[in-house]
Amino acid sequence: MSAIEILGLEKTYSIGFWRKRPKRALRPLHLTVEQGEIFGFLGPNGAGKTTTLKMLMGLVFPSGGSARILGMDMNDPRVKAQIGFLPEHPYFYDYLTARELLEYYGQLSGMPRKECRSKVEAVLRQVGLPDVSGLQLRKFSKGMLQRVGIAQAILHDPKVVFLDEPMSGLDPMGRREVRDLIQQLKNEGKTIFFSTHILSDAEALCDRVAIINLGELRGVGKVAELTANMHGKVELIWRGAAVPASIRALDAEAYVSGGTCRAVIKEEQQDRAIDALRRDGLPLVSLTPVRATLEDYFMQQLKPAEAPVEVTA
Amino acid sequence: MNNRIACIAANTFREAVRDRVLYNLIAFALLLTGAAVLVGQISIEIEKLVVINLGLTAVSLFGAVIAIFVGIGLVSKEIEKRTLYTVLSRPVRRWEFIVGKFFGLAGTLVVNTVFMAIGVFLALLYVAHRWQKPDGWVLVALYFIVLQFLIMTALALLFSSFSSPLMSAVFAFALFVIGSFAEDLRGFAAMAKGVTHWLASGAAYLIPNLSALNVISSVAHGEAVAGRLILYNTLYALLYTAMALSGAVLIFQHRNLK
Repeated sequence: MSAIEILGLEKTYSIGFWRKRPKRALRPLHLTVEQGEIFGFLGPNGAGKTTTLKMLMGLVFPSGGSARILGMDMNDPRVKAQIGFLPEHPYFYDYLTARELLEYYGQLSGMPRKECRSKVEAVLRQVGLPDVSGLQLRKFSKGMLQRVGIAQAILHDPKVVFLDEPMSGLDPMGRREVRDLIQQLKNEGKTIFFSTHILSDAEALCDRVAIINLGELRGVGKVAELTANMHGKVELIWRGAAVPASIRALDAEAYVSGGTCRAVIKEEQQDRAIDALRRDGLPLVSLTPVRATLEDYFMQQLKPAEAPVEVTA
Repeated sequence: MNNRIACIAANTFREAVRDRVLYNLIAFALLLTGAAVLVGQISIEIEKLVVINLGLTAVSLFGAVIAIFVGIGLVSKEIEKRTLYTVLSRPVRRWEFIVGKFFGLAGTLVVNTVFMAIGVFLALLYVAHRWQKPDGWVLVALYFIVLQFLIMTALALLFSSFSSPLMSAVFAFALFVIGSFAEDLRGFAAMAKGVTHWLASGAAYLIPNLSALNVISSVAHGEAVAGRLILYNTLYALLYTAMALSGAVLIFQHRNLK
């Protein structure tokens, strides 16, 4: 049984006041996330990531398709007891203390009061907020609120955790801690589905990623598999005071620094570049293959359809 | 009441208390103390009448303002601040959220009214030096005022489930004012003819009949309230509240939380 099966989920909004016209936020999406995976849902702002998550949480109703979580229909009330959700830019009842907020959420999740109290303390320790549990949330910084958000998502020991931009608003230390926390959740056997546009986080954490842009799925798979088929690049380093015109003509990214030149060119251009350096009598220092990154793949996926995806009535 | 509804209701009550909603009691206490001292000096034989009239009218107005202005934010504020997302992603059904919010604010208003009622009875004791049997009818008037609050809270929630806070406030306040003159509207409908009759009758039965729930003047004069009126008013208020709440649930059930 998969943790999440998205079966053609789609969403079209009506926009305009008098003359309503359809605006497609998500084209039919098919996606499967296996149990125990850390799955990254990547895309630029406005790609449809949050819409997808909101549909899975029952906050927005899909225009078509369905989804199954842990083998149950996403609208099945039993599902909600087994999932945790951190919304993007979470905002909580700021008149409550962190402890009161978590106890409230714990009780809404059906946790017995006594168990809830002890779990609250443990989870606050886990997210690094043990000393401020009695402080009202209105006095919390953005990063602290994000941690409270993660705490409420994992409080009731869910099997699947959905995190919408979990690193948003965190400083580098905080991001590192959240990454460690996500890894820890995976080690506990949980499935983590998180959306982000910070690719380095996804690359460091995810077993698999999906890339979405303008409401359309552009690619899905393991990071290594996705980047393996990309045309490779090579880094060329030679001694010289300037980049010769013959290298510039290769559309290379070239830099000069203290008598050493560096250029990144396409793999198929390497012979032409070496010939050019020989002709100009410039000594080659090194030629190193550059591994394609998730960012390279991501940028490539965003290129083909830059025009807005609209549908006609 | 199930645990989730009780939980949401308790949190709504806590929010109202921490947002200093109950601070209105200070204004009420000052008003009543001032009035009691003043009427003690300028009125002859009608001190009780003035204190009951003024006290109960203040209870009604203070409570209605809270019911409307807190009620219209109950759902819209949660959507705007997105606190609702983390509630509805739990095993909480949308109708439970609406009902919990209703009970939370209704509870706040009941507590508020209890404190105000104590103030009214203390003011009565101050001006008359003792309580008399007809003063007991003041409790019935207070009970009717609470019924008004239930209706207004449910209506504020209904408007809040589909409209902006400003428009909700306008709708709810307009209904409160018109509802307070509902008997006059019914009288007008009875006299009107043709289309006007039908329109006025329709409006008269659609808006909440808050004037039937207002017995302040008669209890101030020491008049008894018929048991049948208490029964009918209770049934009417509960039915109207249930219908307004059902409307709120129906709308909220299908709302996309963008």
